[in-house]
Amino acid sequence: MINKQLANAEEAVADVFDGATIMISGFGEAGSPIELIHALIDHGATNLTVINNNTGSGEVGLAALIKAKRVSKMICSYPRTANSTVFPKLYRSGETELELVPQGTLAERIRAGGSGIPAFYTPTSVGTPLGEGKEHRTINGREFVLEYGLTADFSLIKGRLADTHGNVLYNKTARNFGPLMAMAGNVSVIQAEHIVTPGEIDPEVIITPGIFVNRVVEIQKPAVESELIAAGVSYP
Amino acid sequence: MTNSPQQVGRTRDEMAIRLAQDIPDGSYVNLGIGIPELIAKYVPEGREFIYHTENGLLGMGPSPESGLGDPELINAGKRQVTAIPGAAYFHHADSFAMIRGGHLDLCVLGALQVSSGGDLANWSTGAPDAIPAVGGAMDLVAGVKSIYVITQHCTKNGEPKLVQACTFPLTGCGIVNRIYTNLAVIEVTAEGFQLIELSPGIDFEYVAERTGAPLLPLKDNTK
Repeated sequence: MINKQLANAEEAVADVFDGATIMISGFGEAGSPIELIHALIDHGATNLTVINNNTGSGEVGLAALIKAKRVSKMICSYPRTANSTVFPKLYRSGETELELVPQGTLAERIRAGGSGIPAFYTPTSVGTPLGEGKEHRTINGREFVLEYGLTADFSLIKGRLADTHGNVLYNKTARNFGPLMAMAGNVSVIQAEHIVTPGEIDPEVIITPGIFVNRVVEIQKPAVESELIAAGVSYP
Repeated sequence: MTNSPQQVGRTRDEMAIRLAQDIPDGSYVNLGIGIPELIAKYVPEGREFIYHTENGLLGMGPSPESGLGDPELINAGKRQVTAIPGAAYFHHADSFAMIRGGHLDLCVLGALQVSSGGDLANWSTGAPDAIPAVGGAMDLVAGVKSIYVITQHCTKNGEPKLVQACTFPLTGCGIVNRIYTNLAVIEVTAEGFQLIELSPGIDFEYVAERTGAPLLPLKDNTK
């Protein structure tokens, strides 16, 4: 019998190893799996490469993971956000490496990685510093840049509703990178507010089919990052 | 002549009103952060635009009333927004397929510099201690059918933003179609900057002196 539900966030990240590559869903606070990230901080894995659009805010969630010096490299499109103070400091001191990727290229690299496509050509970044040093090719008279697919050892993703087969629905613009990272993670973990039995979600509306998901954890009332920051919370 | 160039000609809101007049009914539009966002307030009567925000929403509406927002319903600037009737949510690969695949009609962006060849610099000043951050700007300029820039004609220090060649790191090459400034509307053509319209009370020489590349005067067949 298939049942991908685990008891809690701690169990869901228990086998994350030092040096792992981790995809973390979210665009700013929308879709950030705070409870899974906090469980990862408690777990202690270090020297991580983290793939996320941003670098977190305040001192909770992703920013707390970076502050705890568990992240040796960030792959992201926009590491400069209001309330983002932790990453800039570690970047300037050279403690955390940055690979800057245009947002659409980042999304497509993740989709490609999860789809068995090792690389692809995109017009994005041609003639800019982010295209420098990359393989170029002219196709139908237009110049393109070669970009490589991304995969991860673990993907940590926030959903709204999931079933025990791993089918997932998201909330509004919190969907962002979630479905792509679920495809690209060797072990993809979903935290959802509600986990139901198979059949309760209409197959016509499922966004992430369960084959892409390995673990689901129910987090009934997930923390809201901006509320934690407003309350002055610093994790742990 | 004590006015700074930014206080002459159209205000930010007047620039947004002017640009909105040039957007056809039914357009799918992506608005950048800053002055571009003002355009949504000035949709000409009888027209409907659908706003795309690259974090995953087509049919973006205005900010929610205080206390009614959802922290998971935000725009690309990470501010809370609403979804209009008929809106759709989607993941990032679909969102950037809309952008890169040429499905959006228009993107309006701010600029640090625009060259007479249509190159745009708007993501980085290249300062050595700056944290580089690009977001979706390079994808937007590479894929959206028309790229309009809305910007002050000069910097706060009075330096031209419309230049022969950008000195800041590029966002994209040869991709800007039109520029709407406080002083003028200018088209980027194969011959360079072509004046389309002067702001009320502004003359050609005033604009040409503040443009860092040759400015072609109004054509006879244009008003």
